Amino acid sequence: MNTATVFGLAAAVAAGLGTYGLIANPQPLRKIIAFNLLGSGVFLFFGVVARRSAGAGFGGDPVPQALVITGMVVAFSATALAVALLLRLFQASGSATLRPNAPASTDSGRSEA
Amino acid sequence: MGLGFEVGLIVLVLGVGAWTIAARETFAAVIGFATYGLLLALVWVRLSAPDVALTEAAIGGGLTGTLLLGAAARLRATEPADAAERSGAALHMVAGVLAATVTGGLAAAVLFLPDPAPTLAPAVAANAPATTLGNPVTSVLMAFRAMDTLLEKVVLLLATVGVWSLAPDRLWGGRPGPRHQANPDGVFAFLARLLPPVGIVVGIYILWVSADDPGGAFQSGTILAAMWMLAMMAGLADAPPVSRRSLRFALIAGPLIFLLVGLGGLWLGDAFLSYPVAYAKALILAIEFPMILTIAVTLGLLLAGPPEREPGR
Repeated sequence: MNTATVFGLAAAVAAGLGTYGLIANPQPLRKIIAFNLLGSGVFLFFGVVARRSAGAGFGGDPVPQALVITGMVVAFSATALAVALLLRLFQASGSATLRPNAPASTDSGRSEA
Repeated sequence: MGLGFEVGLIVLVLGVGAWTIAARETFAAVIGFATYGLLLALVWVRLSAPDVALTEAAIGGGLTGTLLLGAAARLRATEPADAAERSGAALHMVAGVLAATVTGGLAAAVLFLPDPAPTLAPAVAANAPATTLGNPVTSVLMAFRAMDTLLEKVVLLLATVGVWSLAPDRLWGGRPGPRHQANPDGVFAFLARLLPPVGIVVGIYILWVSADDPGGAFQSGTILAAMWMLAMMAGLADAPPVSRRSLRFALIAGPLIFLLVGLGGLWLGDAFLSYPVAYAKALILAIEFPMILTIAVTLGLLLAGPPEREPGR
């Protein structure tokens, strides 16, 4: 058991935690957080692969490391869009639930759509 | 070889990760997620990936944390209704089984990875002199896989367009978000005046050293964006209207110059995005400097959200 393997198993657990939260949490914002957790596990897996492929004087294979950096930026872009969609849903319907035919709470409703 | 530090670190990281899923309050989950991002940056350092560690701290801890915090504050009114909504036991069970399958599959993949591992590190080392950069990750990002980096910037731009497109028609062309107010003599406004000059220098430095040491355009752009947001949140600056021409230009400057250099490579060099060796460093800097401006503006606007105030106000 070396450093890379220990972190690899941690990556597997993080991805599992994210999967669980994504399905089990009904609130959309919590689903977005869980999805990011799932993504972080996958990125960490990449990091472990990079660490195992260390060579040529580098501490890790720079190609997967660079791919992870690009992946994180793209994941952030998707998160920003998802959050904006959620806030628009709240603005239009006065509630942030994903249930169909949910009764809109009238006190906080600012429907303008 | 002792693994005490590693094991302690992952117990901490996974504990905070589990907390973000289990916490009852969304606000607590968001704080947990930002903490998780910062701790994960330490894991990346231990994996000998300081460039990724910087990105993880900037994105996982900083940007995503701020974005989620803003959303949680706005959705606070829905919290009591949401808390009443619970998934059934059957769904929890299905989720548990699926999560265990994902974890088991990935763990098996980790334990049975091929040995010796396939690697591109020697290929990067052999071709590194062509870019004159000492940091192999920057070489990969800016030269060997420059296409990925170009498309990543296009994704950022598309996300901005997507966020803006959520504005109601009458607000189109207006300023994003509410105008922030802070006590002009308070500590926050003081910090918002004190930090940006330092932050801007640090941001540009992070880009400059990325040629040979850990750093990079995205990390640099994030620091600049943070300084801009600090000034906006303290009420010292207002978000620009999305219809402003100079803002639109700042948004496309980075990808546009990247694309032009790429097309120049097609014309003068061997292929799209190939840099002539004699000018490689100069061309990479010419791409990166406009890019940090574009990244800073894009990130600031992604966090500010769609236009919310009518144009002309």
